[in-house]
Amino acid sequence: MQNLIIAGREFHSRLFMGTGKFRCNQEMQQAIEASGTEMVTLAMKRVEMGDANDDMLAHIPHQSLQLLPNTSGVRDAEEAIFAAQLAREAFGTNWLKLEIHPDPRYLLPDSVETLKATEALAKMGFVVLPYCQADPTLCKRLEEAGAAAVMPLGAPIGTNRGLRTRDFLSIIIEQATVPIVVDAGIGAPSHAAEAMEMGASACLVNTAIAVAGNPAAMAAAFKKAVECGREAYEAGLPAQIHSLEAQASSPLTSFLND
Amino acid sequence: MQVYLNNEALQTEAATILQLTEQLALPAMGVALAVDGKLVPKTTWADTPLHEGARITVIKAVCGG
Repeated sequence: MQNLIIAGREFHSRLFMGTGKFRCNQEMQQAIEASGTEMVTLAMKRVEMGDANDDMLAHIPHQSLQLLPNTSGVRDAEEAIFAAQLAREAFGTNWLKLEIHPDPRYLLPDSVETLKATEALAKMGFVVLPYCQADPTLCKRLEEAGAAAVMPLGAPIGTNRGLRTRDFLSIIIEQATVPIVVDAGIGAPSHAAEAMEMGASACLVNTAIAVAGNPAAMAAAFKKAVECGREAYEAGLPAQIHSLEAQASSPLTSFLND
Repeated sequence: MQVYLNNEALQTEAATILQLTEQLALPAMGVALAVDGKLVPKTTWADTPLHEGARITVIKAVCGG
């Protein structure tokens, strides 16, 4: 399997992992280790008086992993730019998962604000990985605006519904000159394998691992699926035949009769 | 003086940002702070005076996807 390069950083693993929704920090840590991931997403929240301090960062080997703070909770480009500056300070990285989804029901990204913020943040020196609609035109625009990678959704966040945007993802991958990371909606290792077979550069998985009966075992399953899908893509998958008629793989000369 | 911490009014005797953050018992890592919408790097907290009515945003790292 070829290594993946984003903004000059080399990744041996093509599975990126979200850290939300785990039942406890220990399970999160075990899943990170089992996944073999080299990039994990994190979020930020406002500190409230009397907040209990969580030691989640102690469970993330941030020396060896690339941290990818997200901007979840912002409503527009202006808030995203502010959040990005806070994230850079808090996490000590200029890498950013840009996500602007003002609608809490579907958490679908606002394309106009995402494009605006990508352009501004790239100029400010951020390594921007925008979470976006699986819109081929938008993904090209994000690339032109300076996105280091583009992260179109497979289905709404946390739904585990798989690659509902399959055909658009194929067009996006075919046109891209930056890595395409399928984010959101991947609910099973088979979904991740499918995305990788289609030529996606990586998958970002959170819910499907975090809420699994055994998150570490599920993380290991996703690791295999991503590698499996990528290796098949690199090997060159055969073309699908549209007709249902069989194409013989053995010689049809009959040797038992005649 | 009165300041606003994440939109909530707060009475404080702190003279600097650093003194205020000590009162808040923030985590050692994964924290960022802004005053009136402008980021104040941690390295300058000790030298940044607080002013009456300052609107302070403090965030911390949490798990997320």
